Amino acid sequence: MSNQSNPDTSKRVSRRRLLAGGALATASLPLLHQGVPHKGIHEAIAGAPANAQGGGHHSAGAQGTTTAPTGGGDGGHLLHADFRAGPEVDHAANGFNPTEMLRDFDYGTTRRLPGGQILREWDIVASDKEIEVAPGVKYAAWTYNGRVPGPTLRCTEGERLRIRFTNASDHPHTMHFHGLHSAVMDGMPGVGEQQGGGQILPGESFDYEFDADPFGMHLYHCHTSPLPIHIAKGLYGAFIVDPKAGRPPADEMVMVMNAFDTNFDKGNEVYAVNTVGFHYQRNPIRVTRDELVRIFLVNMVEYDPLNSFHVHANFFNYFQTGTSLQPVEFTDIVIQGQAQRGILEMRFPSTGLFMFHAHVTEFAELGWTGFFEVVD
Amino acid sequence: MEAGSATVDRGKLPVWALGLIPVVLIALALAALVLLDGPGLGERNGVPLEELVVEQTTLNPGEIELTVRNDGPDPVEIAQVSVNDSYVPFEGAGEVGRLGAQTVTVPYPWIEGEAYEIFLLTATGGTILHEIGAAAETPGVDLSFFGLMALLGIYVGVIPITIGMLWLPFVRRVGQGGIRILIALTVGLLGFLAVDTFLEGREIALSGPQGFGGEALVFIGAAVAYLALVGVDSYLRGRRKKAEVGGASGSYLALLVAIGIGLHNLGEGLAIGSAYASGALALGAFLVVGFALHNTTEGLAIVAPIADQEVKLGRLVGLGLIAGAPVTLGAWIGAAAFNASLVAFLFGVGLGAIIQVIVQLWPMMRSRLDGSLSPGVVAGILAGVGIMYTTGLLVSI
Repeated sequence: MSNQSNPDTSKRVSRRRLLAGGALATASLPLLHQGVPHKGIHEAIAGAPANAQGGGHHSAGAQGTTTAPTGGGDGGHLLHADFRAGPEVDHAANGFNPTEMLRDFDYGTTRRLPGGQILREWDIVASDKEIEVAPGVKYAAWTYNGRVPGPTLRCTEGERLRIRFTNASDHPHTMHFHGLHSAVMDGMPGVGEQQGGGQILPGESFDYEFDADPFGMHLYHCHTSPLPIHIAKGLYGAFIVDPKAGRPPADEMVMVMNAFDTNFDKGNEVYAVNTVGFHYQRNPIRVTRDELVRIFLVNMVEYDPLNSFHVHANFFNYFQTGTSLQPVEFTDIVIQGQAQRGILEMRFPSTGLFMFHAHVTEFAELGWTGFFEVVD
Repeated sequence: MEAGSATVDRGKLPVWALGLIPVVLIALALAALVLLDGPGLGERNGVPLEELVVEQTTLNPGEIELTVRNDGPDPVEIAQVSVNDSYVPFEGAGEVGRLGAQTVTVPYPWIEGEAYEIFLLTATGGTILHEIGAAAETPGVDLSFFGLMALLGIYVGVIPITIGMLWLPFVRRVGQGGIRILIALTVGLLGFLAVDTFLEGREIALSGPQGFGGEALVFIGAAVAYLALVGVDSYLRGRRKKAEVGGASGSYLALLVAIGIGLHNLGEGLAIGSAYASGALALGAFLVVGFALHNTTEGLAIVAPIADQEVKLGRLVGLGLIAGAPVTLGAWIGAAAFNASLVAFLFGVGLGAIIQVIVQLWPMMRSRLDGSLSPGVVAGILAGVGIMYTTGLLVSI
């Protein structure tokens, strides 16, 4: 592909204008990021099912924004960043839908071992698959079980876990869990090769086996070199170990912050939560007022050092790495480096649409923006 | 006998049919190849190449409009558009075929004077970057614009050139040797313009899509103009001989010079117009003064060959219009329908015309005795180059 920038005539021009021509009424230009997102949301989801009601709840200002801009006719205003109007990504072809993925926890299958310990098992297959990360934009991904992020593996502390991993990809891969385990089970190429671990070549299989410890919000990812590629391509997923006593009942969801370098320039073009850019902006996450919402959040963005999560008009208790039942902070923003994760707990006191987004605003406007739609 | 009968045999088919046979055969062969999908050739080797070139940028209040052309061998599908790292809703998504064009319209609250980086995200995830150095509203092309450009053309083209032609009485008095030096001066002026036109045309060609020929268009344009003028020249000479009219070569040469300069000024107008369209033209007295001084010398070039002839005032005005009016035409084209490939070709046309004129003038500078260039003539050429260079410093679009 051609990456060159072709200067148009204005670039060749060596002299800036001396006489100001027709003065531009900059005052008439609308602000890029209006504080009234719901107007745009209804436009954005106009072609999408169900969620369009609830417009009467929010604060003022929506009417004023539609008349402010000049020129450009119908589309001449911009309420917030978005993809073009038109069809969504083909979730069926992708094999996963971020809306369903959000509350999809894979508990695997269990049976009791002779000693009384519970054995929890999963089958995970790595494969190469083209996925649509933005409407019309295809990306040659590497997947666990055909999806990006991989399945959210969920278990309870103290259980015996067995992950039967098969590499059906054309490339060598591993599964490296963040948690406590032996060296052989570390999913690290070159370590435990004699016992069948380490690098898992195409067509090979390996059972990762260890106890679920410690409880918390963790993750797994491929650890094959070149590591940035194997992570950026989509080989990662959330790994949740619940405490034995459990957590208070809540509307639980998992959010894997990720991004895609679609042109392979070591910088991302599309940012998202659970892969599809702007998915939750176009399809807001519906939650119930005053109900406890628990978000398992992890940052898997490659090539950018930091990512963040910010929710509008709300504060949450943040449990860093989820390894303690005492929150470390009551806040409305949390910053995470790659593989950093935590648990957020919040209640929405009023109904309406509330944005959540990376407060690295560049990421926000490149796809990492969504809405909660709070209903009674 | 044998040879004779063979000639008769061949004569059975009309000549045009004989000429057509290979054409029909190649058409049939190619059609078969396409219908059979190129048997034995297989799929394309490697991944599709995505080459989109932004041909034109139009900034309206609250809106950015890009005209892109597919410059590569494969179709490209525009999926999303980002402005300064922000995805934006836009119109004009879809596939752009080979050499096809597409207009992408983005509602965006751009701010005057600020820089913007736009990337078009293709279906395969590729990005086509486009930078706007300093945003400025694109002037509307309406009646007042055409009027403005016409006025500009008259100011910097017609008037200075016509005034320059008022050197005619002076030219008449300088004698044979003096005329040779003035012709040399003209050649110097034109030589500078030729190089200038070539470089400008080349730069424009490189800035646009290459699929239509790129730089080659400048050479093609030059060849077309040069050969066309040579053809016209020999046609006119032929007629002159028939009419047994001699000695008119001076006014004829003046016409050629005027045409050559006119084509060069068409390019000058294109540059002015496109700069105006991109909001980067300082439409001030400075620009007009610079161009006027620059172009006045072109008037001298036109009258130098007709020093020894009676010329009517109307004819002089006509020559001035031929040489100067194209500035206006060029400005209209440059601002209203800027197309790098077309403009590069037109610059080539200007180049070819100027070269043809230089070729015509060259013998007139030489000494009648031994055909050499006298020191005065050489100085004249250099003076011409120097004048153009110096006055050219006053105008940089």
